[in-house]
Amino acid sequence: MLRYALKKVVSLAISLIIASVVIFGVVEVAPGDPASYMLGINAQPDTVAALRAELGLDQSRWQRYLAWVCGMVTGDFGISYTYRASVGGMIGDRLWISLPLALYALTLSTIIAFPAGLYAASRRGKPGDVVVMGATQLGVAVPNFWFAMMLVLIFAITLRWFGAGGFPGWEKGLFAGMKALTLPAVALALPQAAILTRVMRSSLLDILGEDFMRTARAKGLSQRQAIWRHGLRNALIPVLTIVGLQFSFLLAGGIIIEQVFFLPGLGRLVFQAITQRDLIVVESVVMLLVFAVIFVNFLVDLAYAAVDPRLRSRA
Amino acid sequence: MKWRSLLIGGLLSATFLLAAALSFFWTPHDVETLNIAGRLKPPTLSNWLGTDHFGRDILSMIMVGARTSIAVALVAVGIGMGLGVPLGLAAAAQSGGVLDEVISRGNDLVFAFPSLVIAILITAVFGAGAVNAIIAIGIFNIPVFARLTRGAALSLWTRDFILAARVAGKGRARISLEHILPNVANLLIVQGTIQFSLGILAEAGLSYVGLGAQPPVPSWGRMLADAQTMVALAPHVALMPGLAIVLMVLGLNLLGDGFRDWLDPRLRVVRT
Repeated sequence: MLRYALKKVVSLAISLIIASVVIFGVVEVAPGDPASYMLGINAQPDTVAALRAELGLDQSRWQRYLAWVCGMVTGDFGISYTYRASVGGMIGDRLWISLPLALYALTLSTIIAFPAGLYAASRRGKPGDVVVMGATQLGVAVPNFWFAMMLVLIFAITLRWFGAGGFPGWEKGLFAGMKALTLPAVALALPQAAILTRVMRSSLLDILGEDFMRTARAKGLSQRQAIWRHGLRNALIPVLTIVGLQFSFLLAGGIIIEQVFFLPGLGRLVFQAITQRDLIVVESVVMLLVFAVIFVNFLVDLAYAAVDPRLRSRA
Repeated sequence: MKWRSLLIGGLLSATFLLAAALSFFWTPHDVETLNIAGRLKPPTLSNWLGTDHFGRDILSMIMVGARTSIAVALVAVGIGMGLGVPLGLAAAAQSGGVLDEVISRGNDLVFAFPSLVIAILITAVFGAGAVNAIIAIGIFNIPVFARLTRGAALSLWTRDFILAARVAGKGRARISLEHILPNVANLLIVQGTIQFSLGILAEAGLSYVGLGAQPPVPSWGRMLADAQTMVALAPHVALMPGLAIVLMVLGLNLLGDGFRDWLDPRLRVVRT
């Protein structure tokens, strides 16, 4: 297990290094100089030069790359070009919306998908299965931001159960905050739940055909008992991967959903930064999201190995 | 009943393809003429799907927008196949070699990236527009096809007919092209259809946040973005383009399922 974990840590480190180089490189070739952009077209050349020095833009690429990476490791994400505020602080504030939103959506997606997948698999080929599968077919075809708009139309504008957008802040209480995140979380979760349901179903169906399941039935367990005692644990492996992948998708997908609901999360921050060409903010948020995705995948790999000893030796 | 997916999916996809093609010659109304007096009209006989906030005919906009969606998604799939398939074939032909290792690790890496975030980064840095959206979506199609091709090709390389070709003196590159590629083509068609539908969704998402095709080119995502502030006043403005996306994506997914059942009879039994 330790060897396996070490191997995974090394590949995690390599992925992160390559990711940081790619992101830095892409932003580096972006046209336009942040300093002249901040000061406007009428700025004096020496003012621009002074600002460039202040922002560290006069250093070589390598120095700036190293400074950026070292800064991030120590939690210093640099200073926003537009707001002159610490990028780390800005991200920290926004994370308190984006992260709970992603977790909320992930919880909803799992709560819906597990029973739905289990149900469809146990009713395979019967009307119940056909209905669930039809619903998932529709679920994967719906763009979540459009679904979000329809939710607003129904539950906020027509029924007035929820606000149409905005966020009251966590200081208004947990309930108010969760309420504001409910429609966005549902919008994010349902299309993901459709995918997860399909994976859960097909994974269970694969397991049902295995020899050990027949053995379980042969020793006198009912189909239901066999699924609960032997099938579920084995069927969970592919499901676990998808749950891991979905977390990252939800965190990233939240960027667009936040636009629909005017939530002041990471998505708003990124789009504001894009329009203001505040590339250091874009760079840092993107790196943070990529880090989150790669790190979650790493955790999923470890969780795999914990659930399934066979994977440790294979790696 | 056996061909249900193929039939429904094919009909839906064909409808949108034909509507997009037709829009080059004819649309019910001109999409560039603004008619403020007739704005936000609900569906009527002259405007089947109603009009938007500038009084433009929504059906005509959807037809022209289908061009953008289809073009972006199709070229993105083309990039993915054009680069991914040769990479996958090469990796399988040199299985276990340095090239295979590099290609496989590269695939893992691209897969690990959140595609939407990178697409946003690319369009943010190089400017919003259809071409950059195509590149951003296309890049993430490459590993999908590379992995699929490599996996399928690896199992083919162990088969007797490949051995026969090698005994006959054919080189690895020639075998890849003449024997492996035709045998993975079925899989590629199925995956291509799925990626096509994902591309439609991705394009809609990017243009919804303003990073896709720029005005005045109509696109489904931007129609939805424009409709957002008017959803209470005129729900149909938000409803129609969304339904277009859902039906197109649903059609392509069903078509993909149908292709798979048709091309691979073994899977048909499992799916009953």
